[in-house]
Amino acid sequence: MDNLVSLSVVAVYSAMGVYTVAFLLFTLDLAKRSTEVPQRTQAPVGASVGASAPAEALEQTELSRTELPRADSEGLGGATRFQRAAFALTILGWVLHFAAVVFRGIAAQRVPWVNLFEFGLVATAMGVGVFLLAQLWKDLRFLGAYITGFTVLSLGIVTVNYYVDVVPLPPALQSAWLVIHVLVASLATAFFALGAGLSVVQLLRYRREARAVAGLRFLDTLPGSATLESLAYRINIVGFVLWTFTLIAGAIWAERSWGRYWGWDTKEVWTFIIWTLFAGYIHARATRGWRGDRSAWLAIVGFSAIIFNYTVVNTMFTGLHSYSGLVTTPS
Amino acid sequence: MEPLRPSDHHDSKRESITQPKLNAVGWLRFGWRQLTSMRTALVLLLLLAVAAIPGSLVPQRSADPNGVIRFKRNNPDLFPILDGLQLFDTYSSAWFSAIYLLLFISLIGCVIPRTLHHWRALRAAPPATPARLNRLVGFTERQAEGRLDDVLDDGERVLRRQGYRVVRYGDSISAERGYIRETGNLVFHFSLVLVLIAVGFLGGFRYYGQRVIVEGQTFTNQLTSYDSFSPGRFFDESRLDPFSIRLDEFVPVYDLDTSTGFPIALDYTAAVTIVEQGGEREEEIKVNQPVGIGSTTTYLLGNGFAPWITVRDADGTAVFSQPVPFLPQDSNLTSLGIIKVPDGLDQQVGLIGFFYPSAAQLESGALTSLFPEPDQPVVTLNAFVGDLGINDGVPRNVYALDTESLTQLTGGDSGEESIILGMGDSAQLPAGLGSVEFTSLPRFVSVEIHHDPTQAVVLVAALLALAGLLTSLFVPRRRLWVAAAARDGVVDLQYAGLSRGDDPGLEAAVSQLAQQHEQAISGRTSR
Repeated sequence: MDNLVSLSVVAVYSAMGVYTVAFLLFTLDLAKRSTEVPQRTQAPVGASVGASAPAEALEQTELSRTELPRADSEGLGGATRFQRAAFALTILGWVLHFAAVVFRGIAAQRVPWVNLFEFGLVATAMGVGVFLLAQLWKDLRFLGAYITGFTVLSLGIVTVNYYVDVVPLPPALQSAWLVIHVLVASLATAFFALGAGLSVVQLLRYRREARAVAGLRFLDTLPGSATLESLAYRINIVGFVLWTFTLIAGAIWAERSWGRYWGWDTKEVWTFIIWTLFAGYIHARATRGWRGDRSAWLAIVGFSAIIFNYTVVNTMFTGLHSYSGLVTTPS
Repeated sequence: MEPLRPSDHHDSKRESITQPKLNAVGWLRFGWRQLTSMRTALVLLLLLAVAAIPGSLVPQRSADPNGVIRFKRNNPDLFPILDGLQLFDTYSSAWFSAIYLLLFISLIGCVIPRTLHHWRALRAAPPATPARLNRLVGFTERQAEGRLDDVLDDGERVLRRQGYRVVRYGDSISAERGYIRETGNLVFHFSLVLVLIAVGFLGGFRYYGQRVIVEGQTFTNQLTSYDSFSPGRFFDESRLDPFSIRLDEFVPVYDLDTSTGFPIALDYTAAVTIVEQGGEREEEIKVNQPVGIGSTTTYLLGNGFAPWITVRDADGTAVFSQPVPFLPQDSNLTSLGIIKVPDGLDQQVGLIGFFYPSAAQLESGALTSLFPEPDQPVVTLNAFVGDLGINDGVPRNVYALDTESLTQLTGGDSGEESIILGMGDSAQLPAGLGSVEFTSLPRFVSVEIHHDPTQAVVLVAALLALAGLLTSLFVPRRRLWVAAAARDGVVDLQYAGLSRGDDPGLEAAVSQLAQQHEQAISGRTSR
């Protein structure tokens, strides 16, 4: 069994290495896109011969705004070959990541999500998995840099700060609800992560649409901010339904384990806060004047609350839900 | 306009918009419309999220009363300010309640008119076909061969098969589906109201209590038997179900984490015998496996050791002989216990004891426990004499001994050694008071007994809310129209759609309808 635990650790570090290379390639792709856009609009601009250089540059950017290439499934939205390589590496990294999770589960002879380290491992695996599967639905490969970068960062922090050896299940976690509640929570986190990424890109895109700022020209190759917003919404509502289920399942389990289904424990409070924030996000979509920037910020704040819930609330706040597995001094 | 005179000087021209003059009812209506607006609901929701944060930063009386007392001790200056702001009772505080009550009023005020509107819409037919379909979403034009009526009949059949409510308006078809989207939305919001009502009203009938039971002892469900009890507003003692629980045996299973040296608990099982109105039964209570008795549920909370201490007087007659629950202080179950002997000896005696299940001596000479199993059980006692303060009838904490007014006879600065007892040992008490014996070692469990009539209702409401959420977010509410015009034996067809709310698949739905209609027509004509 020790073999499997060390295999799992090796797999995690290998996955991190592969993700890092994928991250570099995704970033190179985005950088390359910035240089390609003016060349692609060169032809129509060529008609205005004799225009001065600055005016030409201005026309170029204006034209690139009106002739937005739409990102479709073939990645014709300005994507370069770097993206295909990066995506292939992301798949490889995910396979290694998934293997790490499976090895740990077999080694522990239980589901591999009972402490802070394992939850981080599983949630990041789901994040990349959801990103990969989403390609079957829409081309979101422009988010590759965000997903791989965030995953590498998270895995690094989690393996350095939260790593614990495999331990058996304490009595409080010996329940079928462990499988359901934590699994759905990590899946919801993955969806919210993707939605937050889309919201960030939406904000950048909106800035570019509004003022056509000189930098970040690769944004022109991405879908428009309205499209990005509706994509983010559709992903966030899936996350919201999963989070609602997490809340209900957690309450049912709390009744079995702690005697009451709701006691305003710190973890319960923060789950409620996140739920309310995303309920507000859904309401904002139906409220005049709250689409656009404000919606994007709500999604980002909601996801930040999830990160806060995972890190600070688990480690620094006292409560019944302290299953971090970390060795702390007894109170 | 004269800039040196105020704009509302008596002979100035009225240039601004004339605001309507509202009377009291008018202002009430204005206030009500503001309260039930989407913007207010949104702001209140975000405010609710922010307002819930302070309850996680400081201990709450409901969840962690000991933490509140500890906070008061550590921060005596800050405590009254925070307590005045009701921060230690955040979720029942005035300001938090105000936010969610306003939110619910806004919710109800918005949902009731919407329900009436939806009720009417559910029974209404889809609206008449718009004159210019090319202004709507997904506009498609097709041609088909055949009679106009037959072609439109095919269209109706295709739409009905997909679950649309279909109406023919002359040369056009109007179809609508997705009413369940709004139904689900209303169900979701009404379920939240149901949760509030259930908790607010039925919550008054809640009660829960805690009790420590030693192996071999029986607990009877009476108000006086509980160690601590929290009733709801409408609680009545006659509501307690008649039953008793006897703890037959408590079996924990531990393992040792060799990397940290800490024990790992693998299992806790309490074997109990329950006597209730239906008869007697034996059950096992585990941490995730509570036991239902009547309308209550019993949960396993904690456990520990309760060494049986026998105190004899100078003649050898036993004046105190019972198990004493010692409260665990660490994960190796080093435990602290108090024994009070008010009668039977020459003086009132109080004993402060430490219990070590697997005792070992540290370099400093002090004892510690290495493991939570009783491999080497040792009790150390320090004796105190004086007035225990029980005689005047004021209830004292069983688990605490106030040594201020007592004289220490062993240990500390007394000059005498502390009394150290292994299992079965006895030792003399100083000053010829008698002797004390560590007779045997039963275990104890602490259980919590809950009665919560809100549970079932809240669960049903929560599941209804989830179902309503699914339909309200993912079922599209859309209308499709098919307009036909006959022209030289060919029928010109126009398709278009409109959705209420988010419907990313609308365009695809219209083109799919055109395609399926075409297939239906050719399917009919080929027959």
